[in-house]
Amino acid sequence: MAAGTAYEPVIGLEIHVELSTKSKMFCGCEARFGGIPNTRTCPVCSAQPGALPVINREAIRHIARIALALDCRIAPGSIFHRKNYFYPDLPKGYQISQYDMPFAVEGHLDVTMDGEQHRVGIERVHQEEDTGKNIHAGESGRIAGAIYSLIDFNRCGIPLVEIVTKPDIHSPQVARSFLNKLKNTLQYLDVSDCNMEEGSLRCDANVSVRPAGSDLLGVKTELKNMNSFKHLEKGLAKEIERQIGLLEAGRPVVQQTVHYEVASGEVHPMRSKEYAHDYRYFPEPDLSPLEISQDFVDDVRTGMPELPSVRAARYVTELNLPEYDAEVLTSNRDTSDFFDETLNYFDDQKMLSNWVMGDLGAYLNASGKKLSIETVSPGQADQLCWLSPAGFGEFLAMIKDGEIAAASGKAVLPEMCETGKTAREIVEEKGLAQISDTARIEALIDRVIEANPEQREQYKSGKKQVLGYFVGQVMKESGGRANPRTVNEILREKL
Amino acid sequence: MSLIKLTAIEALELMKRGEISADELTRAYLEQMDRREGDLHAYLEISRERALDDAARPGADGGPPLAGLPTGIKDVFCTRGIVTTCASKMLEHYDPVYTATCVQQLIDAGIVILGKTNMDEFAMGSSTENSAFGPTRNPWDLQRVPGGSSGGSAAAVAGGEAIWALGSDTGGSIRQPAALCGVVGFKPTYGSVSRYGMIAFASSFDQAGPITRTVNDAALMMQYLTGKDPLDSTSVEHPHGFSIPVDQDLAGAKIGVITKLVREGTDPDVESAFETAVEAMSAAGAQIGEATLQHLDYALPAYYILAPAEASSNLARFDGVRYGFRAAGAEGITQMYEETRSQGFGDEVKRRIMLGTFALSSGYYEAYYGQAQKVRSLIFQDFERAFAEFDFLISPTTPTPAFELGEKADDPLSMYLSDICTIPVSLAGVPAISIPCGVTLQGLPVGLQIIGPAFSGKRVLQAARSAEIAIGFDKVSPLIEEDV
Ligand SMILES: [Zn+2]
Repeated sequence: MAAGTAYEPVIGLEIHVELSTKSKMFCGCEARFGGIPNTRTCPVCSAQPGALPVINREAIRHIARIALALDCRIAPGSIFHRKNYFYPDLPKGYQISQYDMPFAVEGHLDVTMDGEQHRVGIERVHQEEDTGKNIHAGESGRIAGAIYSLIDFNRCGIPLVEIVTKPDIHSPQVARSFLNKLKNTLQYLDVSDCNMEEGSLRCDANVSVRPAGSDLLGVKTELKNMNSFKHLEKGLAKEIERQIGLLEAGRPVVQQTVHYEVASGEVHPMRSKEYAHDYRYFPEPDLSPLEISQDFVDDVRTGMPELPSVRAARYVTELNLPEYDAEVLTSNRDTSDFFDETLNYFDDQKMLSNWVMGDLGAYLNASGKKLSIETVSPGQADQLCWLSPAGFGEFLAMIKDGEIAAASGKAVLPEMCETGKTAREIVEEKGLAQISDTARIEALIDRVIEANPEQREQYKSGKKQVLGYFVGQVMKESGGRANPRTVNEILREKL
Repeated sequence: MSLIKLTAIEALELMKRGEISADELTRAYLEQMDRREGDLHAYLEISRERALDDAARPGADGGPPLAGLPTGIKDVFCTRGIVTTCASKMLEHYDPVYTATCVQQLIDAGIVILGKTNMDEFAMGSSTENSAFGPTRNPWDLQRVPGGSSGGSAAAVAGGEAIWALGSDTGGSIRQPAALCGVVGFKPTYGSVSRYGMIAFASSFDQAGPITRTVNDAALMMQYLTGKDPLDSTSVEHPHGFSIPVDQDLAGAKIGVITKLVREGTDPDVESAFETAVEAMSAAGAQIGEATLQHLDYALPAYYILAPAEASSNLARFDGVRYGFRAAGAEGITQMYEETRSQGFGDEVKRRIMLGTFALSSGYYEAYYGQAQKVRSLIFQDFERAFAEFDFLISPTTPTPAFELGEKADDPLSMYLSDICTIPVSLAGVPAISIPCGVTLQGLPVGLQIIGPAFSGKRVLQAARSAEIAIGFDKVSPLIEEDV
């Protein structure tokens, strides 16, 4: 290709989602992240001779929710296949997965970016199981150079749903935005905690580039190991850059796996032969085909929670919030649930929205903590914020009623989040209660006017904007606690 | 009275009447083992202490329904507390963490476990010569094989080392050794007995079943083996259940002889024993006809693609990582896998893993696995058509009587042919029983196979009981005869 050609990236994503079911996909073991290694295992998930899998119905309910939320067609009969390969974290020597008859096909998810809507097609949604985890002992923590390796089978057999998109994505930004929307949707569905660091949400990408305007697909590579939204975007950009670089140098793109190096942000192609697997898929003889009745689908549909787009629309029409607010508030389920719950205690929607998006949002971003509408226990305090909807409602009401100055509120809120104390307790402890006592305010004002004769003259001669200066001085004198409305009124009189 | 010649039902009756005790009965079998096990090698592990403890358990005599019955368990079933090897070096010292559902059901019903019986490694074979721990011999002639893969179970029952035994059948592994040892072996409809805890060879074929001295004993054991197990998704509640057959003739039974399995490659002695049995059944009122199964010729090749394909995947878990044998001195994981599996598996197992791996490989899958699945459906349809016409189908259980040790060991294809009569039934998943129907000129037993439609096990056992009466086979192996 000649230099200067414009290229269009073509991206498809493969997302693995660990379901938050009570038990594992094919046995009764607890399906939760962590735990003392190998304590959440049994004959089935440790592949003892003679053990057999049994399908977890709760997982099927979860995947059905996902399929419906993505507008997919659920197959009335899907089949589990065995994917055969040897690896120490795969105790059976095969993973039970789905192959040519997946659970659901042909859906889509729309993402909006810079006001433009992008429809991303969903090729398939299928059910499988997770593997165990290898821990390599040695300096690098990688298999090369390890002195020995340990295996933890606690994760082995946790239900995993694979979502494959069509190659409908044409920029790293849209890819990131899609994954964000998907994660948010999954959280609304209550099917996964979608924690990329803990690996309950994983994303690989198929990437190719082609001259802009062409209908043909270029040779694609499979980009792996992007463990955050930021890295997904970065990795894709790097890989696109690499492929364009190759084409412009007149060299071909080779179909291969490309590894994203988190530390350096670089992409490294793997030798293609090393990863040429023949998985010898064949129907899992230990399980009958999975039959899904229309009744079941209807039942799941009835029990579906409100999805973010529906909730956002409700905020606009029922709560009269601006679209921007609705979008921001619903982009995270915990926050949105918290907002909804707080409305029971405080009814100024716009003021609530402002505080949630503003000061509370800033606190959450800075602390990395999450909101919960449940009562938070001390054990959860490093992940969850102590703030309760009732407490937050009380706090906002105090501001609205003039009991605390908005400025003081900015200091009160983080402390409520950190300590779990009520706004009233903090205000009392710190003496932050707003001064509305006219006599005290008058005394303050007199002092300030006396100290600034020059400004007073200016005001008198018609420079009304000097009023702001006086208000500021009075507020400063009062330690921010004077009621600004009262200060304004009295100042005007006195000046 | 010789305790080691009793049927299970007779023994239960005697225990109930207080004429014998479970302890006496168990000791009689342990003593026979002391005398004969050196020649026979029917067991891989004898759980003597546990057996005596179990037999002495309060209520053993006449308590639970099967209380005190000395039982051999094929070593393919996991038994917590008794080493379970599947006759493989791979699991030489494997102590299972759980007990197979069907074995637990028998334990709950009161049986006394004498030990774990010998078998072909991972149930792959037709002579028990593929055991990693040495072959079992045929109680009728110690120079000959007992059949396989449940050869230990069949030899134990025929040789007075168990009153009955549990076996497993994939392509004939209950019926063929039962036939070669002159005892009864019943393979239930696929799904009748839980496979949980039965070490998998070919998941869509494997089925546990009884090896006994009489049809009624087989029916008795089936009453406690069958049932839907929540741990095995392919198990079902048997729609008709099982009951002890009544003594009656075969009046009105329409029986089709699968002629193709009689005339081609069948030993003349086997053929004549079979013909005599057919005449006896006819005399007992059965209407005999000729049945044709159109795709029979493809059964053996299809089986030897499908079963090894499943096996190649089922046996992947034996990788030296979590339990069982691990080769020493390997550098790195790939070499550890290779060395462990090369040293841990015997030749026949490796042969089938390679066959199966090939059949599932990309580019070959449709031509082998795909085609074989089609053949399987065609054979299933063949049986359905035949059962529209006949109540039961019959054939010899095996084309020849017991062969000599080593005779076919180096010729896998001729070994595979010894299951030619039983494999089509396994492909269709329908129930079948082998009962002794005569002996050859050399005095070796011959088996008659009676096959019924899916879930007709109860009727198959009734027909087998009627045939048993009509045929009147009354010989026992010289090991029991001499030891009386
Ligand atoms: Zn488990």
